[in-house]
Amino acid sequence: MAEVLVYVDHVDGAVRKPTLELLTLARRIGEPVAVALGNGAADTAATLAEHGAVKVLTHDASEYADYLVVPKVDALQAAHEAVSPAAVLVPSSAEGKEIAARLALRIGSGIITDAVDLEAGDEGPVATQSVFAASFSTKSRVIKGTPVITVKPNSAAVEAAPAAGAVEALSVTFSDKATGTKVTGRTPRESTGRPELTEAAIVVSGGRGVNGAENFSIIEALADSLGAAVGASRAAVDAGWYPHTNQVGQTGKSVSPQLYIANGISGAIQHRAGMQTSKTIVAVNKDAEAPIFELVDFGVVGDLFDVVPQLTEEIKTRKG
Amino acid sequence: MSLRIVVTVKYVPDATGDRHFADDLTVDRDDVDGLLSELDEYAVEQALQISENADDAEVTVLTVGPEDAKDALRKALSMGADKAIHVEDDDLHGTDAIGTSLVLAKAIEKAGYDLVISGMASTDGTMGVVPALVAERLGVPQVTLLSEVSVEGGVVKGRRDGDAASEQLEAQLPAIVSVTDQSGEARYPSFKGIMAAKKKPVESWDLSDLDIEAEEVGLDGAFTKVEAANERPARTAGTIVKDEGEGGKQLAEFLAGQKFI
Ligand SMILES: Cc1cc2nc3c(=O)[nH]c(=O)nc-3n(C[C@H](O)[C@H](O)[C@H](O)COP(=O)(O)OP(=O)(O)OC[C@H]3O[C@@H](n4cnc5c(N)ncnc54)[C@H](O)[C@@H]3O)c2cc1C
Ligand SMILES: Nc1ncnc2c1ncn2[C@@H]1O[C@H](COP(=O)(O)O)[C@@H](O)[C@H]1O
Repeated sequence: MAEVLVYVDHVDGAVRKPTLELLTLARRIGEPVAVALGNGAADTAATLAEHGAVKVLTHDASEYADYLVVPKVDALQAAHEAVSPAAVLVPSSAEGKEIAARLALRIGSGIITDAVDLEAGDEGPVATQSVFAASFSTKSRVIKGTPVITVKPNSAAVEAAPAAGAVEALSVTFSDKATGTKVTGRTPRESTGRPELTEAAIVVSGGRGVNGAENFSIIEALADSLGAAVGASRAAVDAGWYPHTNQVGQTGKSVSPQLYIANGISGAIQHRAGMQTSKTIVAVNKDAEAPIFELVDFGVVGDLFDVVPQLTEEIKTRKG
Repeated sequence: MSLRIVVTVKYVPDATGDRHFADDLTVDRDDVDGLLSELDEYAVEQALQISENADDAEVTVLTVGPEDAKDALRKALSMGADKAIHVEDDDLHGTDAIGTSLVLAKAIEKAGYDLVISGMASTDGTMGVVPALVAERLGVPQVTLLSEVSVEGGVVKGRRDGDAASEQLEAQLPAIVSVTDQSGEARYPSFKGIMAAKKKPVESWDLSDLDIEAEEVGLDGAFTKVEAANERPARTAGTIVKDEGEGGKQLAEFLAGQKFI
């Protein structure tokens, strides 16, 4: 059976959920061979094996942390040469897409980014993408070289599928371009203890209607009652009420949770682009004409300062 | 010595308009109003600021696109760029990201550059990979997705706000950077700027000017193929209630019915 390379996104050995989803998709095409780089690379093996990786290629060097993108492209290219896979799958993070694109160029392949689904096809894997602010869905194929495809979080279920997961050291020679972009400082983001926005099953967002940084505690309280992540519209982020890392939309995160709750958000096209594929959509807005109501499964026309706290209380009561 | 900045800008269909596909499954660029991609305005803005802080700098805006793409160049010129290059060729129709990066890289080399500035993503394709591809082709460092950027003594520095961390980056020129919409509001063209733009030079190049064969680009040269494009069915109309004091509870009831609580 053909092998499929899966690029592993991990933090010091802890594998992030989108990579496990990628293993589910990879198994539809062939046998997943994982590539884990950097600090803690070998520690990823047990989790990857549990989810279907037949092999885990690992390599660690200081270059991965000290320089951007190119060292990882060099490594993935080495893995591609070693394995000759049927496809290369990479999580659709900002860096993931850049790594994938440069790899594709080097190996003479086409690239598809931000796939939301992947199936095996007679002429190679077929990727589903969501385009034009999710108003269209397309099916595409790479028609030259080894398909390189980046896949968005929440595109497949994480499934247990025990496999050998044999760890093998990958041999990597860095190119002379590897040290071009130096990382001179790094300030890690403080964890809020809430789920990762792009990975969360439920997202609770606030917009301009929240009317102030201090009022975001109302949004956070609702999120916490549901174990949800907190999102924000660009209007709320630009006003300085919530961090940009929480922005949902075209220039922020694109989310596809089971449930999206929009509070005080009008539903501009650029916001919709980042949340329109959510399974269930709910909104609270005092303007009955707000475009967000065109998308909702359930909407409340009302003041969020009344509705949201009442909702949070009711959820707490019901959950006991 | 003068600092030569090339800004790559894309002409895109208006996102607030009714965007769709043409019969050959390429983005329909004929029936929809187009404009300079809003995300590339941030690139033009940063180029202008860097040039204002340099002793001697020149800002060239570059686009690869159809006839109408001149509008995007005009807008960038009226914001303050010095000159423009339009790569236009019938054979470019249907070019994908890999092909676009080839054309941009060849044009950037022909124009001469110390620094290339791109937007974070185009608002139609939204791949966000062209700057990385151009870097790979030119063999220069990529310093992408910056929310802050500066150039001093032949070094470009910037801040990249990622999910896990905020990183300070630096690279020697020549280099390519891309900037996000967090990098600072783009200026509006002044009346004076609009008038001055009419006199600024716009060069037109075709594929032969760049030694690119027709087969390397366009639909024929594409590395990917769109096999189907379907409009997403409109979401079925949901229930909308007016809050009469019980809105939160009604919402909770709905969520419980959907097993979220
Ligand atoms: C290139 C580009 C990229 C962009 N990228 C993004 C992006 O990634 N994400 C994004 O979100 N936007 C993005 N935008 C901006 C987008 O166009 C909108 O401006 C933005 O989404 C509006 O945010 P909002 O809905 O919070 O604010 P508004 O549109 O001002 O809506 C606020 C809503 O709150 C309601 N409201 C007010 N008070 C209350 C109350 N007390 N109770 C209940 N409801 C109340 C109002 O009725 C209104 O509907 C982008 C724009 C451009 C041009
Ligand atoms: N046809 C084009 N002409 C000029 N610049 C482009 C073109 N396509 C993409 N770019 C540049 O590359 C950036 C990222 O585009 P993309 O990878 O398509 O999302 C854009 O913001 C532009 O700066």
